[in-house]
Amino acid sequence: MPPAVLVEGLKKCYGDVEAVRDVSFTIEPGEIFGLLGPNGAGKTTTIRCLCTLSTPDAGKVEISGASVLVNPALARQRLGYIAQDVALDKMLTGRELLQLQAALYHMPRKVARDRIEQMIALLELTDWADKKSGTYSGGLKKRLDLAMGLLHQPDVLVLDEPTVGLDIETRSDVWQFLRQLRAAGTTVLLTSHYLEEVDALSDRVAIIDQGKVIAVGTPNELKDRVGGDRITLRIREFTPDGEADQARTLLQALACVEEVIVNEAQGNSLNLVVTAQSDALMTVQQALKEANLPMFGISQSRPSLDDVYLAATGRTLMDAEIAAAGSRDLKAERKQAMKGS
Amino acid sequence: MSTTLTPKPQLSLDNPDLRQWKAQVSNGSTVATPGLLSSEFWQETGAMTRRLFIQLQRRPSTLVAGVIQPVMWLILFGALFQNVPAGLFGDSSNYGQFLGAGIIVFTAFGGALNAGLPVMFDREFGFLNRFLVAPLASRYSIVAASAIFIAAMSMVQTAVCISLSAALGAGLPDPAGLALVVLIVLTLVLGVTALSLGLSFALPGHIGQVAVIFVTNLPLLFSSTALVPLSFMPPWLQVVASLNPLSYAIEPIRYIYLHPGNWGLGSVVMPAPFAEVTLAAALAVLIGFCGMSLALIQPLLRRRIA
Repeated sequence: MPPAVLVEGLKKCYGDVEAVRDVSFTIEPGEIFGLLGPNGAGKTTTIRCLCTLSTPDAGKVEISGASVLVNPALARQRLGYIAQDVALDKMLTGRELLQLQAALYHMPRKVARDRIEQMIALLELTDWADKKSGTYSGGLKKRLDLAMGLLHQPDVLVLDEPTVGLDIETRSDVWQFLRQLRAAGTTVLLTSHYLEEVDALSDRVAIIDQGKVIAVGTPNELKDRVGGDRITLRIREFTPDGEADQARTLLQALACVEEVIVNEAQGNSLNLVVTAQSDALMTVQQALKEANLPMFGISQSRPSLDDVYLAATGRTLMDAEIAAAGSRDLKAERKQAMKGS
Repeated sequence: MSTTLTPKPQLSLDNPDLRQWKAQVSNGSTVATPGLLSSEFWQETGAMTRRLFIQLQRRPSTLVAGVIQPVMWLILFGALFQNVPAGLFGDSSNYGQFLGAGIIVFTAFGGALNAGLPVMFDREFGFLNRFLVAPLASRYSIVAASAIFIAAMSMVQTAVCISLSAALGAGLPDPAGLALVVLIVLTLVLGVTALSLGLSFALPGHIGQVAVIFVTNLPLLFSSTALVPLSFMPPWLQVVASLNPLSYAIEPIRYIYLHPGNWGLGSVVMPAPFAEVTLAAALAVLIGFCGMSLALIQPLLRRRIA
């Protein structure tokens, strides 16, 4: 059985900009696969090549063995695509939009009719199905969008930033729904620049940076690879510089502490990397007590996917985001995206 | 939050019909694209067309404006030259009779020229991506849906023009003539619609498209025989007007209007500077223009992945 999605050596340039340099990954049937990276890393371009909206410059893209270049009709029939921005015709009702979608995938009349009712029930759109989509709330629109993407029962559902701009309640609805889908056997590919989202949902993750895949694995594997635990410590709610330096010198000397960073943005809180499965928490507390330093708060956690990203690129996702925001030409990107291939 | 935490009633998603259909369309290693004019093509075209008519039904302002405009032309512009001596405008007994054909064609042309705008907005909003990621039988269904919709609109407009012209004293063509008028209008509409849709795929945004419409519309009207006959024009404009596709739609319709029951394919409808254009030749030019437009936009529709 071929993988649900195969991407090999994908490359795509827009003019002089190499949006995707070298992206490869495979997705097995039935898993939720997350594509994580800062804005501008090449996630959306990868997705566009996958969904036949852009032509790859080089590389191989297959959906359950069907190449998007050689056999696009088959690849399209197997794919469901949920774009980042919900695009609906606001003059049409939910049901009319679903009927349109059914015709685009050439569903026979009876199959379409039953399936539309099913999707309306599944996504709890019953009360709204015959109202114009222009009257829907953001959450309703997303639900209708999901119903449209899933109508033809795709083997692979592709979601670009599924929860950007959604309220918290809708966000957790979407998460729960994607888990249900996976349980029902649908393969899901999602992109996100939200760490928690990818961490919470994905069976496996590819971290992508500047058009390249820099790490692939289950979230746990990736975290184990980075190693160590994290301790976040606050001497006071807002620690004076002097005390923070004093604490750093003190803690750095401890055997179980690998690294101490003073986070100025967080009121001089201290971020520690400590050896995993040690009694580091106790040791740190003890050391502070002996030096007569107070303690406002302390917490221990496993490394996050952000730490994985940090270890691979030398910067945090947030930094990358800020750097990308400064250097991006959004207008030009939009133009390129509309131009398609 | 409570709604998200309560487990939803388990819906049975199993659907034998769906499973069977799914096996047909997506199993196997190759599935041929059904192609132009297949039943799948008409299914998707029908659905896209239905969408346009639903929009029109819920927002009829385009149709209302599209009917008011030719009425204004016929009444106001017709009145401008009401008092010219009879016989000045060729064989017509009054200017209204002369003007009718020009307004029918110009109105249909204007509608078709705007056909690409909704597609451009679909592109800008991302709605068009729904069509592009779907396994369409052919992307010409997007063209066909727009063309059917615009053709229906222009038929309504043409009916209004013909009725109003008759009321204003222009008379009516014979039945065969009426049929030919319809055919000419439809051919022109299809050709221009295709070009307009081509623009909506080629241009970066709707501002550019509006600009193109703006600079095309009136100049093409003034450089055609819609408002005055060729004989009124200086020689250079005569050449331009005889190269303008609109003239090839206007002149046959005008001839049919002025010679009820007395026209044929061999009738000379336009004395162009380079040749006497017969009705048959004018039709051939129109059909050629239409075919050329459709061929011209094919690469744009394909955008490499087809």
